[in-house]
Amino acid sequence: MKHESHSPDQSLGQPAVVVDNVSKVFNAGGRQQVDALLDISLTVQPGEFVSLIGPSGCGKSTLLRLIADLLSVSSGSLVVNGKPAAQARLDQDYGMAFQQAGLFDWRNVAKNIELPLEIRGWDQAKRRERSAEMLELVKLSEFASHMPWQLSGGMQQRVAIARALAAHPPLLLMDEPFGALDEMTREHMQAELLSICASTSTTVIFVTHSIPEAVYLSDRVVVMSPRPGRITATIDVNLGGNRNDDTREASEFYGKITEVREALRGIEHVGGARGIEDR
Amino acid sequence: MNGASLQRKVANAAVPVAFGVGFVVLWEFLVRWRDIKQFILPRPSMIWKEAVNNAGFLRSAATVSGTNALVGLVCGIIIGCAVAMIANRFKILAELVTPLSAAISAIPIVVIVSILNNMFRIGSEVPRRLMVTIVVFFVVFVNVARGLRQSNSTQMELMRSYAASPSQVMKKVRFPNALPFLFTAIKIAAPLAVTTAFVSEYFGGTQDGLGQKIPAAMANSKDPLGWAYVGAACVLGLGFFIAANVLEYVAVPWQRSRNSG
Repeated sequence: MKHESHSPDQSLGQPAVVVDNVSKVFNAGGRQQVDALLDISLTVQPGEFVSLIGPSGCGKSTLLRLIADLLSVSSGSLVVNGKPAAQARLDQDYGMAFQQAGLFDWRNVAKNIELPLEIRGWDQAKRRERSAEMLELVKLSEFASHMPWQLSGGMQQRVAIARALAAHPPLLLMDEPFGALDEMTREHMQAELLSICASTSTTVIFVTHSIPEAVYLSDRVVVMSPRPGRITATIDVNLGGNRNDDTREASEFYGKITEVREALRGIEHVGGARGIEDR
Repeated sequence: MNGASLQRKVANAAVPVAFGVGFVVLWEFLVRWRDIKQFILPRPSMIWKEAVNNAGFLRSAATVSGTNALVGLVCGIIIGCAVAMIANRFKILAELVTPLSAAISAIPIVVIVSILNNMFRIGSEVPRRLMVTIVVFFVVFVNVARGLRQSNSTQMELMRSYAASPSQVMKKVRFPNALPFLFTAIKIAAPLAVTTAFVSEYFGGTQDGLGQKIPAAMANSKDPLGWAYVGAACVLGLGFFIAANVLEYVAVPWQRSRNSG
């Protein structure tokens, strides 16, 4: 369960994401040089749900931004959807959601969802049709013409997810999307995200601070450690396809939580695991 | 609007209205009691009488000054926004325009108006409008430039993930984000445009604006009429300020909801 070695399995077809020996250094050569990531290798298969978990500063958000080509790698290679990360971004091969919903205040809910399509040059009729479809998916159809500030935090985040999925991208990148929500809303959103992913067979890479969230959502939990950021363990979860509120009470669920927690404790002995939510 | 909130609005308005009425009454009383000379301070009732008798003159003078202020205001806003957007795209231009506009705004209005008056034919309203444009431009440019720089980082990352072009980012994110800054600038610039128009009118040119009528009336010992013109100037400035606030209320509703919590 140490460093997952990169071994493309041809029988599963082309992987969704291949991270090969990637390192990221900020301010290289400067006095404040930060080794954010060191020799990261990770392969994500199509339809897989992978969580990145680790203490603050372990580089999990940086890794997500490298995959999204919002940052560029210092060394190593990154293939998304069979092409270099930069090309995948230009082709809008992924959708992205952040902790902040990041909705545009001057656009109503439907227009927010249509923004990525607008930039792709879709015509208005097609955009309308798609935003209506996405609103149905996140159960917000009656809020199409509401303005973002009229929605609750959970509803705003649902709009952000609908927007991320509007172009039907094969890959969804999420950076602590439920981090700012209350516990009840959060569990509800997790269940909803799973059903959305199941119905759209989207691959998801999900950054989180919460161990139960990672275990509940994921097929695989990737544990990272800081200074420099690297992968210390990969835990297969396999709680089955029909996860629901009972899953949260099941003993396998607690078993996996313990397993992830122990993997993170290993880090604590080395450098201290701050910022991990044990709830 | 329900009864309670209407009641609260009336209560909120009552204090400033009572203050204003009390102030005028006190003024009238003081002038009569101390027997203050008309050329030092005329009575409000006399000013009002002059204003009513000369309503036509007041209106035409206010129209001239108001047009000068409005034309300059609109031109200044358009040019200020355009230059701020171009400067946001091309950093070299920002480095050129910022010190230049700061330098121009440091020159007294009197000087610029005199120079402009020499450039155009006698009686032209263009120098006054240009002066207002210059003053408004600076306020708008500085504020909008700041608004364009302060874009939300999540929104900028989203736009990058959509592979949006720089002009799409400007149109769909940066400029809408800068709108609250633009309206802050307009609220400052609107009354400023009116006072700048008066000052520009005072220093040369035709005799038809409020900036000429006030000193002319005073010089002819028609002090109550002069004060009536001052009153018209106040109304004009207040009108511009209110218009700017109404415009903001309509154009950036999200700001309104943020302020009320």
